[in-house]
Amino acid sequence: MTTATAPQPTPPRPSKVYFFGTCLVDLFYPEAGMAGMELLKAQGLTVVFPQGQSCCGQPAYNSGYRDEALKVARAQLDLFPEDLPIVVPSGSCAGMMRKHWPHLFHGEPDEAKAVNVSSRVWELTQFLVQVLDVRLEDKGEPMRVTWHASCHAQREMGVVEEPKALLRQLANVELVELKREKECCGFGGTFAVRHPEISAAMVGDKVADIEQTGARRVVSGDCGCLLNINGALEGGRKPVQGQHIAQFLKERLHG
Amino acid sequence: MAEHPPQAVNFAAASKAALLDPQLRGNFRRAMDGLMSKRAVQFADAKEWHDMRALAASVRLRTLAKLPELLETLEANCTRNGIQVHWASTTAEANAIVLGIMKRVDAKLAVKGKSMVTEEMHLNAFLEQHGIEALEADLGEYIVQLDGTMPSHIIMPAIHLNTKQIAHLFKRKIKEAESIEDAAYLTDLARRILRKKFMTADVGMSGVNAAVAETGTLCLIENEGNGRMCTTVPPVHIAFMGLEKVVEHLEDVPPVISLLPRSATGQPITTYVNMITSPRKEGELDGPREIHLVILDNGRSSVYADPELRDTLRCIRCGACMNHCPVYTKVGGHAYEAPYPGPIGKILVPQMEGLAKRGEMPHACTMCNACVEICPVRIPIVEIMGRLRVEAVRPGDAVKDAGAQASKAEAMVWKGWAAMNASPTAYKIATMAMSKLGNAAPTGLPLLKEWTSVRAKPRFASRTLHDLAREKGIPDV
Amino acid sequence: MSDARSAILAKLRTNRDAHPVTPPPSDTTVLAEKRWAPEERLPRIRRLMEAVHTEFLEATEADWSVVVREFLVREGAATLLYAPATPDGATLASAFPPSPPRGEGRGEGNLTLVPYDRPVEAFKERLFEGIDAGLTSTLGAIAETGSLILWPSVEEPRLLSLVPHIHVALLRADALYDTFWQAMRDNRWAEGMPTNALLISGPSKTADIEQTLAYGVHGPKRLIVVVIR
Ligand code: SF4
Repeated sequence: MTTATAPQPTPPRPSKVYFFGTCLVDLFYPEAGMAGMELLKAQGLTVVFPQGQSCCGQPAYNSGYRDEALKVARAQLDLFPEDLPIVVPSGSCAGMMRKHWPHLFHGEPDEAKAVNVSSRVWELTQFLVQVLDVRLEDKGEPMRVTWHASCHAQREMGVVEEPKALLRQLANVELVELKREKECCGFGGTFAVRHPEISAAMVGDKVADIEQTGARRVVSGDCGCLLNINGALEGGRKPVQGQHIAQFLKERLHG
Repeated sequence: MAEHPPQAVNFAAASKAALLDPQLRGNFRRAMDGLMSKRAVQFADAKEWHDMRALAASVRLRTLAKLPELLETLEANCTRNGIQVHWASTTAEANAIVLGIMKRVDAKLAVKGKSMVTEEMHLNAFLEQHGIEALEADLGEYIVQLDGTMPSHIIMPAIHLNTKQIAHLFKRKIKEAESIEDAAYLTDLARRILRKKFMTADVGMSGVNAAVAETGTLCLIENEGNGRMCTTVPPVHIAFMGLEKVVEHLEDVPPVISLLPRSATGQPITTYVNMITSPRKEGELDGPREIHLVILDNGRSSVYADPELRDTLRCIRCGACMNHCPVYTKVGGHAYEAPYPGPIGKILVPQMEGLAKRGEMPHACTMCNACVEICPVRIPIVEIMGRLRVEAVRPGDAVKDAGAQASKAEAMVWKGWAAMNASPTAYKIATMAMSKLGNAAPTGLPLLKEWTSVRAKPRFASRTLHDLAREKGIPDV
Repeated sequence: MSDARSAILAKLRTNRDAHPVTPPPSDTTVLAEKRWAPEERLPRIRRLMEAVHTEFLEATEADWSVVVREFLVREGAATLLYAPATPDGATLASAFPPSPPRGEGRGEGNLTLVPYDRPVEAFKERLFEGIDAGLTSTLGAIAETGSLILWPSVEEPRLLSLVPHIHVALLRADALYDTFWQAMRDNRWAEGMPTNALLISGPSKTADIEQTLAYGVHGPKRLIVVVIR
């Protein structure tokens, strides 16, 4: 995948990791963040959640306000002093940190530090599969689900198969893939409010695709997409529900 | 520079109309789905795709590296071959050149193969004003011209219409047309009409897919044969190219003309690859006696100035980015009201026409990167889009009308946002306030209003992840 | 006009020199590696071209002119345009007795052989309105894409392969290339290009009406490749 950053060399299994929750998880889906940390802890890892964290800077970066993005990104740099992986429960924010931070900090005095932090960023499912090689035991009821791939997870982080591989490990879960899995749900940050009608048409197509799978749950790894898809599902009074993959996995493991 | 700032083109309003047309949406959805799957078949071999793409990108980058020299070589070799080369800084200059040629040969009828550059020039309308009939000969362009509209796709101009709509159009506009809703019938009807025109046209016009500096050869690819008709039958041929279309060597042509149709429509090659190196020579029985090559700038030399934005000029106009763009698929090509719609349009048109007029275009994108994934010459479309968003709110001279969208209010919002997110204390207070009070916000608020037009209100969690982590004793360092 | 020229070139130069581009080398290995065993080339060409409605006839050097004649008579063609000054043209003519059905050139049954021997200006209406088929030679064909290579010439004009409703092309089975790239390298095209060189990969076609393939939009409706072994 040429747009994604080069695959990271798989580091040896660490005993400790940092967790970067992201602002959307913080405000709208904190249980997804907690579930992500619990999945990591269940693998015997110590998880550090630096309380000083806020946002990766992406909203301003994509809106044309690079100075503001830089200011916010810079405020995160000192939170990860030890040479440990930084796990992020969002492909989009992970992509911002991995792919765009080096560009954003280019020529800045703290460029080297930013590049170092950037190089340690992992998307959660990618980390669970590639580094931890997790084995999941499903204790939940039989259920059909579908998977929504976020654009940035796929195309910036190169995360395509990992989350689906995790879902397929669940014995009682039937994964039915979307017809247009690769197509954007129409969130796009400020796009959703700048071009609400187009965004609505896009999420409308996505909802129709989700419905045709017959799944009760649509699982995703990105809270931006989930806000959008859940908002549309709820607004359209659809019986399907969107859920972050971390939370879904945690529920399955606990039965 | 214009006295008055140009009127901004309202993409949102135009796209709204498109979204309300279920027929149009259906036509695009079907067509784009088909094109995407056909393209995927062509690039089933990942290594071949990777290597071909790297090769094509290198060819285009080499063009950019040597652009002024290659244009001079092209000119010298074309001239030696008998092709007359003309340079135009603006579309008005290009139109004037064409008119000069047409007047000299007393042209009444000109036939034209597909050329996007002439769309930039609004050449048909210009010639009509001067009493010269300019007839589009590519079937899709012919349909669009009959309909009095613009192409909605750079490769498939009439993709927004279905067979039934085209049959009705023909019935309305063509005397001998019968009401038969069948592509074969309609195609044959157009064949009969256009063959008469090819036979009698005074001038033939065409675009150029690649102009070879080394040999002075103009390469055109097409399926229908109208391009060959326009460049072979009339006594005069005028070819149009954007100045970036030059390539250094003849051997640079195969990778470009391989990736172009495979990306565009999923065919291994077009029916015709037409390489023209000179007008009719002594003793030859056909071919035009004069060939003119119009090299158009129209803002390209400014696009070339910025090392990041310059990559826009790598484009080979395959249109694949349109086919894969989820926004384009929803609204269709006309909503952009520009010669180039879709992703390439969103980065090229604002640079050509300025951010005052086209500032909204780079925002009509979710930055999903679907286009970047398939662009055969690896243009970082989304990075350029992001950069144009910066230029839109930052006065400067990197792009025409930079800073045209600068708004004090918006800048304040982002300053406030940065202040909140750059200080843990401020962040804590702000997120606490949102958790407590956010859900009470009335849906009539700006932004929330747009969001809730089709969605339920987003619900703030009562406690943030920071709160939960602290409560659960998750270590902070 | 030359103002525009110097302004454009000066601006490009200044802008380029301010930020030079270092292009990566063009690695053509991927093109060089596109190879087919000699016996695979023709079947591949045939498969690709038949997929876009090209028709094939098999013949030998001794009988191709008769094969062509019989085919066209069978298909009801009344006129065949050809290049009389080429060796293939001479061979073709020898298959037609000099007793024309309509007092012109040579003919057989209802099929008249029409030489393309005048400038098109003196010939346009006949060419567009009175010719059913045209016969050309080729320089060979390309396995990768299923394409014929044509170099029209003084003797063999360009419109022979474009205006007639049926284009009959002679393909010698020993003139097959793997790729377009290989063909242009082997034959050193860059050292001298003809007025017009063509790749032709099927009859004229369009999908401009709702993605529905339709053949014969402006150029030939049928392409007949005569493989000569
Ligand atoms: S930007 Fe890339 S994908 Fe789009 S038309 Fe140009 S070459 Fe094709």
